[in-house]
Amino acid sequence: MTNPDPQDVVVINNLHKAFGRRRILRGINLRVRCGESVAIMGGSGTGKSVLLKHIVGLIEPDLGAIQVLGQRIDELSSLDLDAVRLRIGYLFQGGALFDSMTVADNMDFVLRRHTDLRKAERTDRIMEALDWVSLQATANQYPAQLSGGQKKRVALARAIILEPEILLCDEPTTGLDPVSVRTVSNLLVRLQRRNMSVITITHDLLCAEIAADRAVFLHEGKVLAQGTLSDMRTHPHPMLKEFFH
Amino acid sequence: MPGLKPFTERLGDLSLFSGQFAWQVFKRPFEGRELIRQMDEIGTKSLVLVLVTGCAIGVVLSMQSRGTLARFGAEAVLPSMLALAVVKEIGPVITSLVLAGRLGAGIAAELGSMRVTEQIDALEVAALNPFRHLVVTRVLACIVMFPLLTVACNLVALGGGYLEALLSSELDYRLFVDQAFASLRLSDLIFSTAKTGVFGFIVAITGCNFGFKVRGGTREVGQAAMQAVVVSSLLVLVANVVLVRISLMLFG
Repeated sequence: MTNPDPQDVVVINNLHKAFGRRRILRGINLRVRCGESVAIMGGSGTGKSVLLKHIVGLIEPDLGAIQVLGQRIDELSSLDLDAVRLRIGYLFQGGALFDSMTVADNMDFVLRRHTDLRKAERTDRIMEALDWVSLQATANQYPAQLSGGQKKRVALARAIILEPEILLCDEPTTGLDPVSVRTVSNLLVRLQRRNMSVITITHDLLCAEIAADRAVFLHEGKVLAQGTLSDMRTHPHPMLKEFFH
Repeated sequence: MPGLKPFTERLGDLSLFSGQFAWQVFKRPFEGRELIRQMDEIGTKSLVLVLVTGCAIGVVLSMQSRGTLARFGAEAVLPSMLALAVVKEIGPVITSLVLAGRLGAGIAAELGSMRVTEQIDALEVAALNPFRHLVVTRVLACIVMFPLLTVACNLVALGGGYLEALLSSELDYRLFVDQAFASLRLSDLIFSTAKTGVFGFIVAITGCNFGFKVRGGTREVGQAAMQAVVVSSLLVLVANVVLVRISLMLFG
């Protein structure tokens, strides 16, 4: 593993992963610095979600090293892994809100387990988070009663309820209308201003344009190009030309 | 033999899953709130089904048996026969099979959907143990609620049997109760009720295992629910044979 910079919150070296005979990741290298917002882009099936799940330890690599917040995530015991996970927020593609709980309970569940806050303090924190995504009125509703955009915003509020240092977003704007795309993307920008590092998987150029400092383009399990969105647009590779035009 | 390997693999996986349950059940923190919620879900939502089943069993058993007993001049033993049949075998087994259909499928489908919609991953990412939260609570709830629901089923079955007998031969209820309970030993009552705790474990752990291991989409969730019912029903029937054998060895 190359020497990590103390400013790096995520360092991935030569990451390989296969499911059966299907090789998904074929030597990914990636660095994300503290407070940076990175968009991971690429066609379907190029291993973007698999890459994100490696960062939070949901999938173990076949080969390679993953360092998150100074710790080798692929070598940690489950107890130590949980300690690192508390410093990471994860916004799942479909929101992954717990169906059997109200919106407020979805967040209270996490707070109750991981903080010593009293009920009133937890309620304040929940309402503050919901206010931040402009959805205070939904506190007592169930996920099934929310629209797609509302679910994403509630899931985002839940992902940051413990004030993590890194936020991982798996396609936060997929399936949303352009107004909701702007709303969610602007929320990601506001999180970055709080010095949170944000890694976002997206196909959405508008979202990447608003929320990301830098883009990393995956193709066939490898990093094909990385840089600003302008760099990507002028890249000579046909795959990138097709994607960005 | 085709199909045998996947079946034995599945049983092996189920055994490991049960071992994981035994390991996790004593670990802190206890999910008391979720356990109570699950007991309420299982109890309240299955009660009507169990009561209707029990009543139907009692009435039908009484109707079918009386004619045969009358042919041998043994109509008077109807209460004893009903009590022995319902409490020792029919009540526990039918209750467990009915619950295997309802809960086995329900648990597998619920956990399978949670897997497909990444809710289980969300628990893991939030540093919450999904096995303890989802599996341990459901299995414990079934271990507790199966015997209670079986008692309810038995009582309603005996009540149904009595009502049928009352309508046909104006049987005095005190006589019915005296005869019914005189034929039962305490060991029969305790063992036959307690064994449904084992059936509860089988149904819940099978449902959880099939649901937890779902990969893919809604089609796989449906398959998991169906397989959970089939496997848990078969295992309940096999376990019943073993437990009856053990009870005969212990209590005669």
